[in-house]
Amino acid sequence: MRSGPAVVAAVAAALLSGCAAVGSKPAKAPAVRINADPYPSTYRAYPGAATLIRNVTILDGEGGRIERGEILLVNGKVEAIAGLEGGGTAPAILQAPAGAVVVDGTGKYVTPGIIDVHSHLGDYPSPGVQAHDDGNEATAPARPEVWAEHSVWPQDPGFSRALANGGVTALQVLPGSANLFGGRSVTLKNVPARTMQGMKFPGAPYGLKMACGENPKRVYGSKGQMPATRMGNIAVTRQTWINAAAYKRKWDKYEAEGGEMPGRDLAMDTLRGVMAGDILVHNHCYRADEMAIMIDLAKEAGYQIGTFHHATESYKIADLLAREGICSAMWADWYGFKMESYDAIKENIAFVDKAGACAIVHSDDPNSIQRLNQEAAKAMAAGRRAGLNITEEHAWTWLSGNPAKALGIADRTGSLKPGKMADVVLWNGNPFSNYTRPERVWIDGALMYDANNPRLRPVSDFELGQPGEGDVK
Amino acid sequence: MIRSLVLALLVGTAAPASAQTVAIIRGTVALGDGSEPIQSGTVIIRNGRVAAAGYQIGIPPDAQVIDATGKWVTPGLVAGFSRLGLSDVDAVEGATDISANGPFSAALDIAPAINPNGQPVAVNRSEGLTRAIVAPATGRSIFAGQGALIDTGADLDPVTRARLFQFVELGEQGAEEAGGSRASAHVLLRNALREAAELGRFSTPLSGGGARERPGVPENARDEKLLTNDARRSDDVLLTRFDAAALVPVLRGRQILMIHAERATDLLQVLALKREFPSLRLVIVGADEGWTVADRLAASGIPVIASAMSDLPASFESVAATQSNVGRMRAAGVKVSVGTINDDDTRMASRARFYAGNLVALSKIPGAAGLSWGEALAAITSGPAEAVGLGGEIGSLRPGRRGDVVIWSGDPLDNASAAEMVLIDGVQQPLTTRQTRLRDRYRDLRQDTLPEAYRR
Repeated sequence: MRSGPAVVAAVAAALLSGCAAVGSKPAKAPAVRINADPYPSTYRAYPGAATLIRNVTILDGEGGRIERGEILLVNGKVEAIAGLEGGGTAPAILQAPAGAVVVDGTGKYVTPGIIDVHSHLGDYPSPGVQAHDDGNEATAPARPEVWAEHSVWPQDPGFSRALANGGVTALQVLPGSANLFGGRSVTLKNVPARTMQGMKFPGAPYGLKMACGENPKRVYGSKGQMPATRMGNIAVTRQTWINAAAYKRKWDKYEAEGGEMPGRDLAMDTLRGVMAGDILVHNHCYRADEMAIMIDLAKEAGYQIGTFHHATESYKIADLLAREGICSAMWADWYGFKMESYDAIKENIAFVDKAGACAIVHSDDPNSIQRLNQEAAKAMAAGRRAGLNITEEHAWTWLSGNPAKALGIADRTGSLKPGKMADVVLWNGNPFSNYTRPERVWIDGALMYDANNPRLRPVSDFELGQPGEGDVK
Repeated sequence: MIRSLVLALLVGTAAPASAQTVAIIRGTVALGDGSEPIQSGTVIIRNGRVAAAGYQIGIPPDAQVIDATGKWVTPGLVAGFSRLGLSDVDAVEGATDISANGPFSAALDIAPAINPNGQPVAVNRSEGLTRAIVAPATGRSIFAGQGALIDTGADLDPVTRARLFQFVELGEQGAEEAGGSRASAHVLLRNALREAAELGRFSTPLSGGGARERPGVPENARDEKLLTNDARRSDDVLLTRFDAAALVPVLRGRQILMIHAERATDLLQVLALKREFPSLRLVIVGADEGWTVADRLAASGIPVIASAMSDLPASFESVAATQSNVGRMRAAGVKVSVGTINDDDTRMASRARFYAGNLVALSKIPGAAGLSWGEALAAITSGPAEAVGLGGEIGSLRPGRRGDVVIWSGDPLDNASAAEMVLIDGVQQPLTTRQTRLRDRYRDLRQDTLPEAYRR
């Protein structure tokens, strides 16, 4: 989490109270600074060799495409991109530094690593046994106090599949959607680690998972509890924000003026972080009419919705979403699994994109996360059949550039611009074809997967000593 | 079939009627039998069946000619394992007939529950899937009941073969249904077969005919001889009479016993079952760990309908799961095809064509095993058809098969391609769905003089 205005305010309050001590009234104690990052990332980039990939088609994740391109990775960063066709940032031929690995990419593609904004890897890990059921704190409809990172099991074998088969280099792990307020999400680098902190994306803002629609009302309604209806969903959500606003006033005053520290409330801390803009809202919502209500609700409560997740009806209000600057994280072709997904269409992603709104392909699934490139391909194909002109380089923005924006990490990853993290996939063909697989995956310039090297295949502790250990998956 | 009338309404006079002769020419033709595609091939459909397909085939003078230049032509996809037609919306109880918690198990016949008007049937039809093996799911027994083969045609006559197989769970799910242990599931299974044997043996001939083959032998599970007190039963039975009767044709090898199992040892138990009851006609579904016992599966000759992409240890019965499973089993000689097993199986059966493409991709990965293109297409067409003994009827473009033909915009295993024309029994099918109607309604969000509800 970024050190936000709260820290600055705390320092200012300390200075102010120091001056006030001259007066006759007893000095107010300066505001105690609350640690906004109590479970800090311990991730450090793994060592990587300088790498130059030549003669490759590059999709840069921001809509750019370079044929016969070159990309140089140095010190964990994208150092330079060049191309004989289509532009680039350096002269047409890059010089490989001494000792650099040079890869011939003829017939292959390079893209930014895929970023999945909606995963439950780690909090609903494999094997999917009851003891691993750690995604929904379904004990009250508003649970903003729980943090998904405290459920993440770093030994989930699904992480390695997402890396090796999916080319996924970063992902957001969210709480489930049983609750209106599901809790905080966490953004991870897709690297194996002993601890969750060892995967945590350094400096990525937290997210807040919210949900509307069927799930919360079903879960609590079946317990004879509020919310049992959609109007109940909205009422509980509004009241929770009203409580958060009161909490925020108390704490804003305390941080400005010091004095007696108000009681801390973990749930309210998170909502205050949302209202301050430090925590990004990820709102599970399927239906267009409900999304429109949530947009008004957010205005009423004083926060901004970052991304609607699932959003199977975004196509009906793509103009509104574009105006409001809200992303939609969507599937290519899922439909009909529940009433609120009944109106899903295959052109959803393409239509949202056409309207100028931010479109993202997401998985919400440990299998689909292994093929998000193919999901984007299906969405692109559906859009093209509907008459839209969608290029491959543009469609890749749905997989890395836009997800990075939605997670607040676009200044560091999500596209192949010099200075950005070298989160890169070399595909053994056109990545929109399902005949194509990742050949190598780098995270911060470190080679974390190589299809040609069985030793570069991560094996989770769970799989060690089991049938199939170290196998291709 | 009553399609020609329906289609005359839906697509007008251009639709080939089932009796009409159709020649699809100049397409890239893939027969679905495992062979590689044929450039500029021809497919002739006459009287609702494939008359010929391949190179240099003469076009009958009376044929309606469809030029498929630049297109691909294949048999319609066959869902190797699905629950298509059993649910319109999964999470809506009233719209779902997948499993039952009523008093019966093996006796359940899924055919009357199939709803061809459901959206998943229309969506899968529009995606080039023309037939589906449909299984019920278990409720309170290891026996789920009798599954069917259906077509996805736009009519109210979906069932191609009712009571094609009995579906039984013999892995984790079976253990749970049996009370918490695989041991219990196996005793229940054997007891059920014993009760079926007894019922079959004690059924007496009724006066005035009935069985055609042997007097006293019931024709099928609905035979009165099994369902009335004419057939005596012991006092210590567990199954209802209907359920025991349903297992008589299974025991006699006249109905397939389709068994879901994933774990290596569970698969070996299925092979043992075959040795114990040689008359059983078995098909295995799932087999995530099949590659670890591929030689023995191959030697048994039992067909396997597997999940193509399963590669997670999703449960303790799938610890060794890998996407190379299908390729390795195929290489070992297992008769393997692909289904959507507990994989959005009410809706996403047509997804198997993307899975098949992925199996082709695997053949390029060091250490992995995949399929050739022809084998991959066969795994989602003729493979499942042959697994249930209907390879002579559906699943390929060999002469005599039903005229289930799809014309694709391109390579059907690639995700850029779409079905552009679908014939079932030689009859052209509508490809519009609620989804395409919604697409057209909201394609343009401009404000009109009337709300969107007036656009159609």
